[in-house]
Amino acid sequence: MTEQFLYSKAFDQALAEDLLIGSRCLDCGNISIPQRQICSDCHSDQVERIQTSGKGTLAAFTVIYVPPTSMAEAGYNMKNPYCVGIVTLDEGARISAQIVGVDLSDPATIKIGLPLKQTFVVRGEGESAKKFLAFEPA
Amino acid sequence: MTKKLSRGVAVVGVGMSKFGAFPDKTSRDLFVEAFQELRKSVQKGFDPKDIEAFYMGNFSSDHFENQAHLAPIVASWVGISPVASTRIEDACASSGVALREGVLAIASGAVDMVLVGGLEKMTDLPGAKVTDTLALAADSMFEIPAGFTFPGFYAAMATAYIDKYNADPDALLRVGIKNHENGALNEKAQFNQTIKDVMIGKQRKAEQKGLPIPQWQDEMAFLKDPKANLMIAWPLRLFDCSPVSDGAAAVLLVSEELAANFTDEPIFIVGSGQASDGALAERASLSEIPAAAKAAQRAYEMAGVTPEEIDFAEVHDCFTIAEIMATEDLGFFPRGEGWKAAMQGQTARDGNLPINTSGGLKSKGHPVGASGVGQVVEIWKQLHGLAGERQLRGDLRYALTHNVGGTGQTCVVHIFEKRN
Repeated sequence: MTEQFLYSKAFDQALAEDLLIGSRCLDCGNISIPQRQICSDCHSDQVERIQTSGKGTLAAFTVIYVPPTSMAEAGYNMKNPYCVGIVTLDEGARISAQIVGVDLSDPATIKIGLPLKQTFVVRGEGESAKKFLAFEPA
Repeated sequence: MTKKLSRGVAVVGVGMSKFGAFPDKTSRDLFVEAFQELRKSVQKGFDPKDIEAFYMGNFSSDHFENQAHLAPIVASWVGISPVASTRIEDACASSGVALREGVLAIASGAVDMVLVGGLEKMTDLPGAKVTDTLALAADSMFEIPAGFTFPGFYAAMATAYIDKYNADPDALLRVGIKNHENGALNEKAQFNQTIKDVMIGKQRKAEQKGLPIPQWQDEMAFLKDPKANLMIAWPLRLFDCSPVSDGAAAVLLVSEELAANFTDEPIFIVGSGQASDGALAERASLSEIPAAAKAAQRAYEMAGVTPEEIDFAEVHDCFTIAEIMATEDLGFFPRGEGWKAAMQGQTARDGNLPINTSGGLKSKGHPVGASGVGQVVEIWKQLHGLAGERQLRGDLRYALTHNVGGTGQTCVVHIFEKRN
């Protein structure tokens, strides 16, 4: 039986506690972020939950000027853009997240390879406020 | 072992609606247009009642038109009930996959005649809702919460590509200029205007309104002007993005041995490959689309054809960077060389490997579920010498289509051959 901590929703539940989790295959050592019930390399179901270091580097990014509805509702627009990127964690796996603390006035100054550390952003206010994974320069 | 089709499959007719924004028409109306054009294109005619299966690519009529279960409805509207009707949903690769399902159905021996269609009606929704609907093609748990949009995903791939190969970002603009030049010669294109036409149009409009007339040295200067060409997702600007479109396209497939009953000039589908992938962040490389390379490899192997033998191709340029990566994923240029080929004009109509002579998704339009089959319409026209002012010169034998869903979670490649 799959342990509940490996269900797909467990990632967000951990994030609510500021933890960035993944899974490690006990048979081949492959690491998945987010966590998987079966290893995507060797298909073993002998996997354990891991907590990542939360450290990594920027692998790809963009600065978004035309946001989707959810981000527009969080206050982003053409004049108030945001950076989103793909981060290579020290554990080797990658994750998508908002990138904060970078100079949005000139995206050309944001460099691939930039060392980053895990943080979080809160979008929405009052009862609709929710925490999301983010990274900032280390 | 190389996988082959158990029997050959031929395209014997094609049709498409104009692509664009049509407030008065629904997707089924657009498909009727495509179907009527297809009927005229079948040289010796055919009886629609002989169609045994209908595979229809459509991404999201559920959200765009508040209509699910669309395939049997569309079949009824073109008068082919009780044909076996199936809707295929693989995001922007929906109708490329529908084509493959049609090919496999005939190759299996289960049916002899298949109608393959693609349709999408996107422009009824406001822009932000269209963005939200397209975002459903990404991982709603692990990609969308980060704030990604589709231009954003491809913009991120562009940053990875430019960084890895030290590429000149002007190559992106060159792709847009080239595809608009091709689309300007395609009466079915949503934007049948060159970038220069667009630029002059803006100057005329300013003049008519008595405003200061903006001056640009050339179309590159126009495309680099942040006021004329808005930044959408850095480094991608408005003219790097395919438009929101309505449209439909259709092709008629029959088994190879029956092809001569319908036309003296069938086009044979000799290679079909499809592959999948997980979310963008899961991939080993972000500067290419691995599933596209895998789908291409499978199609080349089935066809027994090499990339060097392909005379021209229609590729999935949903964003300008996507065309550059596609030309590498398909093996036309080595890794890191696609941007140079775009800069040098190698992919223009008079280049050594013309890409997107139709104008591509960028200029022809991108009604997402129709785009895969729309590509086949251009292949048919070029191989039959019917492409008018944009007709390629010389002997054309092999052509290729490349259709991508999402960021490359679904990729499908087909290779076509003209034998006479």
